[in-house]
Amino acid sequence: MSKVVAELKYSAEHEWVAADGDGPVGIGISAVAADALGDIVYVDLPEVGSTVTAGETCGEVESTKSVSDLYSPVTGEVTEINDAVVGDPALINNDPYGQGWLFKVAATEEGPLMSAEEYAAANGGEL
Amino acid sequence: MSENYTALYEQHKKAGASFTDFGGWQMPLKYESELAEHHAVRNAAGLFDLSHMGEVWVTGPEAAAFLDYALVGKLSAIAVGKAKYSLICNVDGGIIDDLITYRRADDNFLVVPNAGNAKVVAAALGERAAGFDVVVQDASADTSLIAVQGPNAEAILLKLVPGEQHSLVTELKYYAAVEVSINGEDLLLARTGYTGEDGFEIYIPNVDAAGLWEALLEAGEGHGLIPAGLAARDSLRLEAGMPLYGNELSRHVNAYAAGLGPVVSLAKESDFVGRDALTAIKAAGVGTTIGQKLVGLKGTGRRAARAHYSVLKNGSLIGEVTSGQPSPTLGYPVALAYVDVEHAEPGSFVDVDLRGKAEPFEVVPLPFYKRQK
Repeated sequence: MSKVVAELKYSAEHEWVAADGDGPVGIGISAVAADALGDIVYVDLPEVGSTVTAGETCGEVESTKSVSDLYSPVTGEVTEINDAVVGDPALINNDPYGQGWLFKVAATEEGPLMSAEEYAAANGGEL
Repeated sequence: MSENYTALYEQHKKAGASFTDFGGWQMPLKYESELAEHHAVRNAAGLFDLSHMGEVWVTGPEAAAFLDYALVGKLSAIAVGKAKYSLICNVDGGIIDDLITYRRADDNFLVVPNAGNAKVVAAALGERAAGFDVVVQDASADTSLIAVQGPNAEAILLKLVPGEQHSLVTELKYYAAVEVSINGEDLLLARTGYTGEDGFEIYIPNVDAAGLWEALLEAGEGHGLIPAGLAARDSLRLEAGMPLYGNELSRHVNAYAAGLGPVVSLAKESDFVGRDALTAIKAAGVGTTIGQKLVGLKGTGRRAARAHYSVLKNGSLIGEVTSGQPSPTLGYPVALAYVDVEHAEPGSFVDVDLRGKAEPFEVVPLPFYKRQK
């Protein structure tokens, strides 16, 4: 069973959001999504300084088997992207909630997000 | 929905496989990492359960003549012990399936169709057998097929074969088969595969399949052997430029467009199902000088083309991708696509519509990957 981390919030499109006090929120994809995609070999992230909108596509994640759009779970300006995953997308499979984080946003608004319990119940993940 | 489970289902579950439906069968898609499985086959060895494939025996004094009639190739020309890749076509030349036929004796052949087509092929062979002195027997439900593929395949297999029979294995040629004692049982061993590597396929009764699977895994310890699923099988065959029925081949494409013209024997004396249509198609140049043909595409960027994506030239639709993904071995995107013949020359550049953005791809000769001999 794919892991779901209790401290995070999740979108229906399988992105996780980590609130970090008042600072920008960290965003990545869940282990459920990473496991379903298979070995990720390419990731396209939004540019630093660009504005992302909750529920809209802002990049893509490509595995050997398939490709999936990346949806931003929040609205706001991208403050940082994880260059390490661009160079080594396997980090997303190996550590989706840690070294495999994707980008940070100074969020002005959140899209609909689920608690870890709700997300796990809907997607078969394991808390 | 999957109705069928192979005799190795429990082995796959124990090994932590993710499953997928393929041709009505619940098959392992991958165990841990499909990339690791792909690289294992290229660099060491992979173990595949291919028990979803069909096995149809054709036996009788007119078996060779019958297969010459039922398939597009000249099967009567296969020597005993050898195998041949062929197609079974409709009267209109459409491809019902691609298959491998092994000649086991003058009057005995084993035909191996794809999983999803096994019943259709067995039925078509049964129908076409009318008037021939042959028996067509579908043994698919009772037969398992296990493949060991990769540069270490031979060394692994030899550990389960008695010393006095080693030369049967080491001297076995590509596209040939022999009865060998493997793990204490006399089994049909073929030097064939769908990966672009050296390798073997072993036909075995269902009841004995799990024992052989475990024995091969044990023999493979120290040789880098790991079980490999259909995801790796697909990426391996794509790099090797091999068509997959349902992607590159269907009832709606002809052998010439698919690059399989040499498989069709218009020179054989006997009639065969599809001869008139294929003769006309070849004479008209469909798939060679007019219409579309199958080509290899190499991506210039990192984003991969996928099945059903549109192929464009100057914004106009000129074809469709049938298979595509990032090549794990080569490190760039590869794809197979049917494109208009005027854009099919290697060296031409076309665009693939990657979800709204046209990206350039180069037409390249097939296969994408060829192993060093």
